[in-house]
Amino acid sequence: MDISILIQTIVSGILVGGLYALIALGMTLIFGVMRIINLAHGEFLMVGMYTCFWLFKLWGVDPYLSIILSIPLLFFLGSLFQRYVILPVIKSRAPGENQILLTAGIGLVLANVALLLFSPNYFTVLTSYSNATFIFKKISISLPLFWDFLISIGITGILYLFLMKTDVGSSIRAVAQNPDAACLMGINTDRVMIYTFGIGSALVGAAGSLFMPVYYVFPSIGELFTLKAFIVVVLGGMGSAIGALVGGLTLGVAESIGATYISMGLKDGLGFAIFVLVLIFKPSGLVGKTRF
Amino acid sequence: MRHLTSMIRKKKKGVLPIVILLVILIILPLVLKNQYILHLIILVMMWAALGISWNLLGGYTGQVSFGHAAFFGVGAYAACLLHTKLGVSLWAGFLFAGVAGALISIPIGAICLRLRGPYFALSVLALAEVLRLITLHWKSFTEGAVGILLIVPVMGEKVEYYYLILGLGIFIMLTIAYILKRRMGFYFIAIREDEDAAEALGIFTTRYKLFSLIVSAFFTGILGSFFANYTQFIDPYIVFSIGEVSIAMVLVVVLGGIGTFWGPVVGALIVVLLSEGFRSFFAQASILVYGALIIIVILFLPRGIVGSIKAKYHLYTVSKGE
Repeated sequence: MDISILIQTIVSGILVGGLYALIALGMTLIFGVMRIINLAHGEFLMVGMYTCFWLFKLWGVDPYLSIILSIPLLFFLGSLFQRYVILPVIKSRAPGENQILLTAGIGLVLANVALLLFSPNYFTVLTSYSNATFIFKKISISLPLFWDFLISIGITGILYLFLMKTDVGSSIRAVAQNPDAACLMGINTDRVMIYTFGIGSALVGAAGSLFMPVYYVFPSIGELFTLKAFIVVVLGGMGSAIGALVGGLTLGVAESIGATYISMGLKDGLGFAIFVLVLIFKPSGLVGKTRF
Repeated sequence: MRHLTSMIRKKKKGVLPIVILLVILIILPLVLKNQYILHLIILVMMWAALGISWNLLGGYTGQVSFGHAAFFGVGAYAACLLHTKLGVSLWAGFLFAGVAGALISIPIGAICLRLRGPYFALSVLALAEVLRLITLHWKSFTEGAVGILLIVPVMGEKVEYYYLILGLGIFIMLTIAYILKRRMGFYFIAIREDEDAAEALGIFTTRYKLFSLIVSAFFTGILGSFFANYTQFIDPYIVFSIGEVSIAMVLVVVLGGIGTFWGPVVGALIVVLLSEGFRSFFAQASILVYGALIIIVILFLPRGIVGSIKAKYHLYTVSKGE
């Protein structure tokens, strides 16, 4: 076994893992506050990717600049769904599976509306740097993936500061700890839930824009990434942002190793195998409960 | 206990309509010559049977699964592969399909049913995805995306399939009704109502959840092989589909009424008719109807149709002072 291939594999796995972490961050945040797994998460990613694609196609906007639009757009979309669809169901104290099923329904609607509007074709944006790489100590690194990784880490850092240092951030953490107590302390829990869902969606919208230069978009892409995000969230520990980061990097590296040494087609299976192992031996996740 | 006996007595009262329905269903193909309507009724019965199997686990035991396509697909593939590779009869294939579905459910259930929360519901979803990937990429064994064409299925005529699925459906319904009347059925409901209390009463909750899953997966597997025989063609995208199998099964039950015995039948009728009706409008995006229906049902009819009627009826009898 050639050691340089192994290093190369791990490095590219880490780079992709940063993006996975960003996608899972939104899911874990929403789970932490509302205790529901958002099965429409991948579909929000798809909306972010299509936003980026159409901005590029119609006005030639650079994919990285489209983040400026995709973040507020997805924030708006997410808080709209939370306010008018999910919140009424949470307030009627419906059983948990109904809430999860509801998000699955939203996902199906989004995916099929996209199918009607944009056809099932695969689209991608081709920029001057899409295939650019640079060599660092004999390891070739994809330039867009490298930037994606840095921006993902940057966004995670901003989220950390937001949750830790601002009033809204601390009320989000309070609701995550105990919604009833937070309500008694005078926090408007409904509004916090709307903000949280919005932020969670905005994070995945940003991920959509970052993904576009290296990936392609089609209407049913969401299913795959909802599952990946869920696997990452469980790997790290449900509701923990650090966990999402650790889980994302783990899944990225695992898939990359699977693709290099087993088979390109079965790389998603290896992620699942790790997921099952974590469920058997450490169901609380690799990191478990954390402050952030 | 008195409540229970009155419940059973009420069941007795409801036998007549069931017998009439059964007689109509048995005579129907003799009178009805329209093949398309026959096809729709076959679909309704298949989905009703799938819904009932799902309901045992999701409705009565309280363990919602978003990935029953895993068992459905494994059943379909087990029957077809045994037939095409080893020459096993497709009739025996029904049994093997059920066994395959049950076998695949044991490890995932043993791992995930220990945990509470959404672990089980979503792990099964992931399992279905992985099984789809495996069937897609293990081309030498499963033919991959090409799929399997059954050149000689068990039967030729639509009418024969009609009676087959009618018989299968009745068998599944009776079995599940029987289980629900036994001690095990009460354990299932106890687990759904309060897992801690059930455990405190000495019920091995994980074990009984697993039993429920195995029975549910067994029937789902059988129905998977029925589907394969009926359509004569399967590929990984059809039988392991999240939207068209896993979510549709949940929709059938939730629409009809989760945890009600006749709910899945009503749900299947509506889902099949609606999706057929809208197929001409959104040729590509027929699943759109499923998604919209899920949102509408959960927002406005959280107990489902049969559940809501039951609640209304209960209020009515209470107000009359019975």
